[in-house]
Amino acid sequence: MSKMDVTRRGVLKTGAVAGGGLMLPTYLRAAGHEGFTNAPTGSTVTLGFNVPQTGPYADEGADELRAYELAVEHLNGGGDGGMLNTFSSKALEGNGILGKKVEYVTGDTQTKSDAARASAKSMIEKDGAVMITGGSSSGVAVAVQGLCQEAGVIFMAGLTHSNDTTGKDKKANGFRHFFNGYMSGAALAPVLADVYGTDRKAYHLTADYTWGWTQQESIAAATEALGWETVNNVLTPLAATDFSSYIAPVLNSGADVLVLNHYGGNMVNSLTNAVQFGLREKEINGKNFEIVVPLFSRLMARGAGANIKGILGSTNWHWSLQDEGTKTFVKSFGTKYGFPPSQAAHTCYVQTLLYADAVARAGSFNPCAVVEALEGFEFDGLGNGPTLYRAEDHQCFKDVLVVRGKENPTSEFDLLEVVQVTPRAQVEYAPDHPMFAGGALGTCNPGA
Amino acid sequence: MDAILLQILNGLDKGSAYALIALGLTLIFGTLGVVNFAHGALFMIGAFCAVTLQRILNLSYEEIDPTQTDFLGNPLVVKVPYVQAWFGPEMGGSIIDWSVPLAILFAIPVMIFVGFAMERGLIKHFYKRPHADQILVTFGLAIVLQEVVKYFYGANPIPTGAPEAFRGSFDFGVLLGFDPNAIIYPYWRLIYFAFAAVIIGGVFSFLQFTTFGMVVRAGMADRETVGLLGINIDKRFTFMFGLAAAVAGLAGVMYAPINSPNYHMGMDFLVLSFVVVVVGGMGSLPGAVAAGFLLGILESFASMNEIKSIIPGIDQIIIYVVAIIILLTRPRGLMGRKGVMED
Repeated sequence: MSKMDVTRRGVLKTGAVAGGGLMLPTYLRAAGHEGFTNAPTGSTVTLGFNVPQTGPYADEGADELRAYELAVEHLNGGGDGGMLNTFSSKALEGNGILGKKVEYVTGDTQTKSDAARASAKSMIEKDGAVMITGGSSSGVAVAVQGLCQEAGVIFMAGLTHSNDTTGKDKKANGFRHFFNGYMSGAALAPVLADVYGTDRKAYHLTADYTWGWTQQESIAAATEALGWETVNNVLTPLAATDFSSYIAPVLNSGADVLVLNHYGGNMVNSLTNAVQFGLREKEINGKNFEIVVPLFSRLMARGAGANIKGILGSTNWHWSLQDEGTKTFVKSFGTKYGFPPSQAAHTCYVQTLLYADAVARAGSFNPCAVVEALEGFEFDGLGNGPTLYRAEDHQCFKDVLVVRGKENPTSEFDLLEVVQVTPRAQVEYAPDHPMFAGGALGTCNPGA
Repeated sequence: MDAILLQILNGLDKGSAYALIALGLTLIFGTLGVVNFAHGALFMIGAFCAVTLQRILNLSYEEIDPTQTDFLGNPLVVKVPYVQAWFGPEMGGSIIDWSVPLAILFAIPVMIFVGFAMERGLIKHFYKRPHADQILVTFGLAIVLQEVVKYFYGANPIPTGAPEAFRGSFDFGVLLGFDPNAIIYPYWRLIYFAFAAVIIGGVFSFLQFTTFGMVVRAGMADRETVGLLGINIDKRFTFMFGLAAAVAGLAGVMYAPINSPNYHMGMDFLVLSFVVVVVGGMGSLPGAVAAGFLLGILESFASMNEIKSIIPGIDQIIIYVVAIIILLTRPRGLMGRKGVMED
């Protein structure tokens, strides 16, 4: 004789599982109507801002979020309209996107690929985000870009500088406005040769991950082409905090330039250590010893303090530029928040506008229509001069800035001065350039 | 030869920090029997004492400079520190310049207070709980403390420079007959090493040569018997917690110019410091100090290009490899005593 134990808890559990199972197809159908993922049906459209809100890049993430909030305000017709007034495309009218009011949800990438993917996934599946944007790391950008490709939503990358993002890891649903390691090298190398001469020996310290490798490769190739010799390239762990044991052997290596392929806390610490060791006061091979930081960020420059003075590097954009787009954006952002925007804020703001404009021009939120509208799109008035979103790899091509740590800053935001605006033609490369080879864009995925 | 000397020097300052943190950890473990995972946070709070004093000394009033404009085109608001207004630009500038050494005086009472508050407010409730509970609660406390610091100071590193007089580096190479620039070493790191030596010497002298220290050592050896003699050993142990907090805090203050303080710097040191304590021998103060310097120097050697070219990535794992070897050959660590954590 068999005995059947039916408990209240058991019934509840079974019921919950069965109910969840029955609801799942409805949930998936809700996300999948109109032929693409998260097609907006009501009077609003939801964008997903995936930025580091905790972890070492949280301050940069906070600045990105400020820019996104400003972009949403301007798209919905609030504030002074910002760059909508200077943008060469006039498809946006300040009434949301295609008449739908823009709303947003935020996620925390924590600057960890898995956390970033999880938060992006949640924004797509639970919040119905039709586009994901943001981030402060190439590792995160590549991971989230892959996820968006699979999910069938558009990914508008935030701050990501690795060649791989639009190189071997490029995806049809992903777009990058920010510049990359190759462009840094192409812009910076001629200035370095001008200022420090062509007979130089460089010692590279490189963060041991995708961004560090591609930047080092780019800078070494660009400087070697102008006559520099690369004496050594030492990979440093991303988790390193004290770089003294990596910096101490530099002077004895015969090198007279130290290139720090570091970002964030790594850059602050390695530069601080290098200055502590008195490298900049030394004379090697009859020349002053120099330090170069190929990718500068104002937020990081603050961390390095006075150590940044006189050091050359490159940036995607700087608030002191005098074009109308920049002046308008800095005024909007500065009036709202009380300080000038960082380059991370700029690229995120611009990416949001570019996405909204592409939807408006395409007349649809369908990712494939947006991809088509963005591919080969030429625009101006967003702060970097005439810019092209190249169809072959979804990389923006525009002027690149070579900057130097300011000797006499007037405020904590006034840390860099623009040395040269490198014209777009000088930083362009073929889509099949070896540094970007290995991946395929594939075809756009509308999901659903 | 010069490369070896250079890496030994490099290991000394890192070893100094490990030794100071491990010393505090061992003091707390030896006296109170608590495994304190919040000790790295105390190191971080010490560094932020230096940041805080620097900010206090830089408190400013605003003046409008009509000759310059800000980023929005308005007349530039210039900040003038009160210290410079009161003592003159030169004297005021010097006081601000010396903010890190001055922060030592600021940090001692702050850290002792933080230590007391931590012990009385939270940790004393966990004395009789298993070590796993102690680890969980102190680790949670460390996360809370670092999030509080991040809330007030932000996530980016904050530059906290050494006094102008101690910037730059000393050329040991010339002194020892090598080529110029072969062995250079920053002045502040030398000071850090000397400072650590003084603090370590001070703690050992205090425990060795004072009655208070003698009672504490007796309590570490046999808490029950000391209690039976009518001595309030708990009160003394609470003081030792404050002392350990102050040692970690001072290590943090002096470390601020070496690497700009950030909210997670304590976690960066914590795990390695625990390895140091285990390698040195749980509860052994000389073991903690010796292991701190040993592992600091080994880590430095492992970063040499010559070694990394033979074993790539060795710089990231060397400390753990050595820890495994030492624990396999000497399970109680270098100077561990029988009976500690073996019940």
